[in-house]
Amino acid sequence: MKPKIAIIDYGVGNLRSAQKGLASKGANAMIVEDEDAIDACDAIVLPGVGAFCDAMKQLRSFHELLLENVKKKPILGICLGMQLFFEESEEDGLHKGLSVMKGRVIRLPRSVKIPQMGWNTIEIKKESRLMAGIGSGGYFYFVHSYYALPREDVTVAATHYGVEIPAVVEKDNAYATQFHPEKSGKVGLRILENFVELAKEM
Amino acid sequence: MLAKRIIPCLDVKDGQVVKGVHFKNLRYAGKPTKLARMYDKQGADELVYLDISASPQGRKTIISVVEETAEQVFIPLTVGGGINEVDDIRSILKAGADKIAINTAAVKKPGIIKEGARKFGSQCIVSAIDAKRVYEEREDMISVDTPDGRCWFDVYVYGGRKSTGIDAIAWSKEVEKLGAGEILLTSMDADGTKMGFDLALTKKISEETNIPIISSGGAGTLGHIHEALTKGKADAALAASIFHYREYTVGDIKEYLREKGVTVRI
Repeated sequence: MKPKIAIIDYGVGNLRSAQKGLASKGANAMIVEDEDAIDACDAIVLPGVGAFCDAMKQLRSFHELLLENVKKKPILGICLGMQLFFEESEEDGLHKGLSVMKGRVIRLPRSVKIPQMGWNTIEIKKESRLMAGIGSGGYFYFVHSYYALPREDVTVAATHYGVEIPAVVEKDNAYATQFHPEKSGKVGLRILENFVELAKEM
Repeated sequence: MLAKRIIPCLDVKDGQVVKGVHFKNLRYAGKPTKLARMYDKQGADELVYLDISASPQGRKTIISVVEETAEQVFIPLTVGGGINEVDDIRSILKAGADKIAINTAAVKKPGIIKEGARKFGSQCIVSAIDAKRVYEEREDMISVDTPDGRCWFDVYVYGGRKSTGIDAIAWSKEVEKLGAGEILLTSMDADGTKMGFDLALTKKISEETNIPIISSGGAGTLGHIHEALTKGKADAALAASIFHYREYTVGDIKEYLREKGVTVRI
């Protein structure tokens, strides 16, 4: 049975690659715009490209539903989606996030070119099912100007760009990557495959 | 550590890849997705599709090309060529592209960068700048010293055919302010010559801005690419002919760079 994975379309960026990536790993991946579709699925993907504040506004109708669903289903946040999991972000002012994890999101230091755009290596900090079969040293594709500063121990893997940056975080059913697994070639697809495995258990 | 990127560029006309220099002697070279998969396998970090279709009907075909590529290739894809409106950006991103390169439209209407960055995020907006050296001293232009003399750089539009008289260095700072996430910098002097990138141009723009720079135009040898990424201070190198004519593979280039101590994704 193919697990149903809902990719939330809240008006931000390229969702097609995430959909095709998950589909290639055996999921029935659907791009959903309305809330009813979420209850029926086994797992959720919260993608994200663009600004924090706009994204939270666009997500307003999904907010409650996401917080309900994260108690019982795996959710994967990608890039901005990961940042939205935290309590607040400094992007364009100070804006509240979903507060699924404790911590805030701040801008990359001025000592580096912003955004970080390109392939960077990760270092595994602790075990996670999302990272099954993936060791330290692999390259993943990052494109972001802000990064998360967690206030609890959720960091599974980190990268370095001027400063140490959480690359993968996990707390209960919430998983998230700062990089784009759907744009990180073969090793990125392995992460999507691992997420599909998690969805199969629902 | 962030790796330097190697980016093959495919010219796409009416949905097919074409080979040729400066739009002369164009020969069809196959389906974009097939070549994209090949470059992906070789280790390309990103891909660029440059749409050189002449007609509006021809331009529409890029959408299905992008859709097909997004189903099979999972590395970042940038699409450029004839993008004039914000709606063009939206439909190409929706089809599966990650970044849009805008050249002439931005010079004519700089607001498109600002609006595009605001609507889709800076990381989706690549400012493509074509520049040609002018060897004259002018007070109102930012000049650099080169082995061939002091020069400023003139911004060209319409596929490198029309001079604008705009200072490329000043323009690069302007596009950064407007919200471009990256600059794709092509030297009109070097393009097609295979005698190396314009290092003076690349270095100056890299020093004057704080966004990533992709150097384009002039790649002929492995050494040229190494220079662009070191002396030229570029973050990425883009090439077309050396890949299309099978002179080097992406792997050849990365091996060479690695041996020289440049961080690359292998």
